[in-house]
Amino acid sequence: MGIAIYMMAFGLLLVGLYALVAKKNVVRIIIGIAILDYGINLLLVLMGYRHGGSAPILGKGETTAQLAARSVDPLPQVMVLTNIVVELAMVVVVVALAIRIYDRYGTFDMNDIRRLRG
Amino acid sequence: MTVELLVLLLTAFMFLAALIAVETSDLLSAVICIGAAGFALCVIDLLVGAPDLTFPQVVVEVVTLVLLIRMIMTRQDTSRQTPRDTLRTAVVLAAGGVLLVVAFFAFGGLGAKGSVPPFGQPPMVQSDASLSAQYINGAQRDTGAGNAVMGILMEYRGYDMLGQAALIFAAILGGFVILRKVGRKRGESEDQA
Repeated sequence: MGIAIYMMAFGLLLVGLYALVAKKNVVRIIIGIAILDYGINLLLVLMGYRHGGSAPILGKGETTAQLAARSVDPLPQVMVLTNIVVELAMVVVVVALAIRIYDRYGTFDMNDIRRLRG
Repeated sequence: MTVELLVLLLTAFMFLAALIAVETSDLLSAVICIGAAGFALCVIDLLVGAPDLTFPQVVVEVVTLVLLIRMIMTRQDTSRQTPRDTLRTAVVLAAGGVLLVVAFFAFGGLGAKGSVPPFGQPPMVQSDASLSAQYINGAQRDTGAGNAVMGILMEYRGYDMLGQAALIFAAILGGFVILRKVGRKRGESEDQA
């Protein structure tokens, strides 16, 4: 079961990559960036999961040794938390750029945007 | 139903939603599909013991959705239905196939000796010398935080947090600079402006 879950996460990364490379619409490229971010977040969170584990929050009267024996890995969660903020910042800037491109060229289509063709 | 099965179903849902978002012809449906995938990710976070991630993810999700809908609602999508770019699609499919095969064996598929810990057994479980085990054992003593994630984020990795704050500031500033209406005209010199 575990390998199937990992493969789904990798499939998500692939869909994002496909949107980024093969699509010609600026909005779809932004969507591709967002999908790539989801895939990375999902993969990292899943790598920290432990069978039957619970959140790494200290219960009442619980020692750290007991916490370490039952909780999931907290380190990937910290990385993902950072990534979520980065994602939001990136989306804000990219959407601003797309709005600017639309104001200038009147379209989201990369074929009609002369200086973006590549 | 075990947690693993639920997580598998939700990841499959995310995968399908992402595919629909990329392939559907209407931009508004695409944006809504991406929102569905994001909320599924929130539920997965909750299921695998990461409630600290759920709430930021929900907030980011809503803000992203509002931004994207605001962007496309008032603007006409004039993009033509161009035929699929076969070369680029083929390149992505080939690269993706290689990635999937390598990942399948690196993550221990078919009983291979994987280089990544198997699902459900993070490095923390396997040895006490791993960084995560040291963090979780020392979080209460060193930082006084009952929540290990917040202890690591604010104390052990405090510089990351500082970088995040700087990043948010830079992103807002960048958005303003890109979107402002009045700018210096070309050829106009610095002192005149």
